[in-house]
Amino acid sequence: MSLELKAITKTFGSLTANDSINLKVETGQIHAILGENGAGKSTLMNIVYGLLRADSGEILIDGKKVEISEPSDALNVGIGMVHQHFMLIPVFTVAENIMLGHEKSSKFRVLDLDQARAAIRTISEDFGLQVDPDAVVETLPVGIQQKVEIIKALIYEAKVLILDEPTAVLTPQETDELLNTMRDLKSKGTSIIFITHKLREVRAVADQITIIRRGKVIGAVSPTTSEAELASMMVGRAVDLAPAKYQHETGGAILEVKNLTVRDALGTPIVKGVNFHVNSGEVLAVAGVQGNGQSELARALINLEEHIEGSILLDGKEIRGASIKDSLHAGIAFIPESRELDGVIGSFSIAENLILDLHGQAPYSKGINLSAKVVHSEAEKRVTEFDIRTQSIMDAVSTLSGGNKQKVVIARELSRPIKVLVASQPTRGLDVGSIEFVHERILAERDAGRGVILFSTELDEVMALADRIAVMYRGEILDIVHSNVTREELGLLMAGVTSAKAGA
Amino acid sequence: MKNLISRIGQSIKLPGLSFLMAFTITGIIIALSDEKVMNKIGSPIEFLKSAGASVGNAYLALFQGSIYDNRLAKSNFIEGFYPFFETIVTATPLILTGLSVALAFKSGLFNIGAQGQFIFGAIGASYVGFHFNLPIGIHIFAAAVAGMFLAAIWGGIVGFLKARTGAHEVILTIMLNYIAGYFILWLLKTKTFLRPGRIDPIAPEVAESARLPLLAGENFRIHAGIFIALAAALFVWWLLTKTTIGYKFRAVGANSQAARTAGISVPFVITATMMICGALAGLGGAVHVLGSEHALNADVAGSLGFDAITVALLGRAQPLGTVFAALLFGALHTGGRMMQSNTGVPLDIVVVTQGLIVLFIAAPVFVRYIFRLKKLNASAALTSKGWNG
Repeated sequence: MSLELKAITKTFGSLTANDSINLKVETGQIHAILGENGAGKSTLMNIVYGLLRADSGEILIDGKKVEISEPSDALNVGIGMVHQHFMLIPVFTVAENIMLGHEKSSKFRVLDLDQARAAIRTISEDFGLQVDPDAVVETLPVGIQQKVEIIKALIYEAKVLILDEPTAVLTPQETDELLNTMRDLKSKGTSIIFITHKLREVRAVADQITIIRRGKVIGAVSPTTSEAELASMMVGRAVDLAPAKYQHETGGAILEVKNLTVRDALGTPIVKGVNFHVNSGEVLAVAGVQGNGQSELARALINLEEHIEGSILLDGKEIRGASIKDSLHAGIAFIPESRELDGVIGSFSIAENLILDLHGQAPYSKGINLSAKVVHSEAEKRVTEFDIRTQSIMDAVSTLSGGNKQKVVIARELSRPIKVLVASQPTRGLDVGSIEFVHERILAERDAGRGVILFSTELDEVMALADRIAVMYRGEILDIVHSNVTREELGLLMAGVTSAKAGA
Repeated sequence: MKNLISRIGQSIKLPGLSFLMAFTITGIIIALSDEKVMNKIGSPIEFLKSAGASVGNAYLALFQGSIYDNRLAKSNFIEGFYPFFETIVTATPLILTGLSVALAFKSGLFNIGAQGQFIFGAIGASYVGFHFNLPIGIHIFAAAVAGMFLAAIWGGIVGFLKARTGAHEVILTIMLNYIAGYFILWLLKTKTFLRPGRIDPIAPEVAESARLPLLAGENFRIHAGIFIALAAALFVWWLLTKTTIGYKFRAVGANSQAARTAGISVPFVITATMMICGALAGLGGAVHVLGSEHALNADVAGSLGFDAITVALLGRAQPLGTVFAALLFGALHTGGRMMQSNTGVPLDIVVVTQGLIVLFIAAPVFVRYIFRLKKLNASAALTSKGWNG
């Protein structure tokens, strides 16, 4: 089945999210849509799937015009979608999840699970997607959960499958497996729309690549196009994909973590007795698949977590158990994982956000009197220094793009004296240009002799920036390796496989 | 300047339109509940005429009862403002309780407890007022401070419990209101508080030296409390916009997680906010006793603590807005009485109007729909925010 979009336009107020987009996905083709965050990929797919309505334009299936005004219309014409965030009920079994919304019952209104099981087995065999129908979803690894989502789409006879950023949550091995699954599906005649911003994957699996920038189709290219070329089309200018990792001086340990355990409110250990240190002038990356305790470990370093045991030595001084404020002012800069929730206050102005941790000290305040003058003049300086794109420092931070919000966070954290920078997923959801900026700042801090701890799930980022890489798996640090490790070795570690070879 | 005007325009658009709609609907209710009007339902023109007259008379009475009544201006026109002075007397404690609720909103807290805090403020002021003999000026000050102190503790209990245990402030304040309400009943039966020679729950009158000076002579009740209330509004504005403490309050109110991540102590903010809120509502109680009531009685708080929530919402949790909203409510209350005695429209209709105003403010989408407005930066977030724990 082929899917064609003709002159799809969608505006939100003054913003044109999709500007007369044309796109054709042939039968049995993997069509990658590549674009930065905010380029309009998701809007376009939500239109195709019936979650949004286009202002103008047509959707054609096998050359015939169709009306899609809600997801059920999309399902009826054979379009299925696997969302970035899975739409599964964790405590239900696979079979229960898959029959959800299409429940068939036998006598006495008893759910007919056997039928669902049989259907799942058929699909599993046909497409090589091995899943146990009776497994409870929350016990399954993320990669398998994704398979459940794909089966869900296929069972309702989707002929065009939309995969929205499907590899964001996967380990490298799971990603490879997904790419194989995609090839299998393609060989069975399923068309796939693959939405991503990861160049490597696109080149590995796509038949055709459409690049979207600021709501417009910039070009349709073949997968033989080089990564650098794809990146520059995405961003609109030449991009430096691998920041310089030249030889640099490394000093002694500036932050030492000993036997650190972090527990959740119920007392279950999320981080289990980890040991590591970071030297000044060094980037230590903490890699791992999301949800293996990295977030909690990062938060524990400034005592944001409630139940922490063990020892955190900053420049030889114990800071575990200190208040968050004292931890920060002892010399740790903290870039939180969730910008919107933990990093900025959306309704506050840029100037106000820049003093979130500094408002209590000179020159910003005297006694309890806040000096608006100093706050504003300092904000003007930061905006220039960190290239925060805004009309005025009085604008609410919520009006800024993700990249500029992150710049506000970074500007704030780096504008007091620090010894260590803890950055938790600092480039998540950012566009290529902003990622470049963040990477530059991280390396600049390293070169200025700070210790940097970078928590990241992006392998490319970890490999590009780190001097040493600690891999977390189920709350433990499995190994700390030198950055000359291969992707495959790192991938195995992230999946929990230790071997003597992976060590360094 | 133009910017400022448009900003003010923006911020009063929603309350203004809600106000208009509330009065329209109240007018319809007044007309439909008037027998004289309903008797003419047979002929549409007569019906409309008489409905117009009925509503017009009611609203005229409302105006005369709350702002200016030329019939009262016998010797000079100032006397015609008697109703307006009454409005201010009613509004004064309401401004203070309203500020208490508004400040809590700014810190992301829903202070339902202004009622109980008000009661403790009244108790403290009353006790110092009748029990001690102090020089004029100092006596007022001491009584007001005593009231604020007790109320700050009463509010602080809520803050402390929430900060320590995570208990929800809405539940805590409601329960503490009950306790305060029954505590004052008990207190007024004790030897210390019961006025000698009385058996009904009323305390001795506060000494002359503890009474707030009257502003327009013996014939009018208006007293210096209004200046205290306005000063409090100024204080809240200053606290919120010019100090590090207010900055912390607003940061926690807008996004407590980001505030905490940046090292702001959320427990401190919660406790400090509730203490200051308590002190504000307590000052309301003190001013009420020292200015117009002069003696503590069991019903001293009336519904001042609850109306405060409405006032704060209507004032969009801004100090100046709260002042105007309290004046409006004061006018509705005093004018409503005149309306009742002159036209027979029950005082309760005023409560309907109040309710409608708040209803529309809390449902900005509805107002937007009615008036086909593109965007209203609504205070809906305000209404729902208090419940997020």
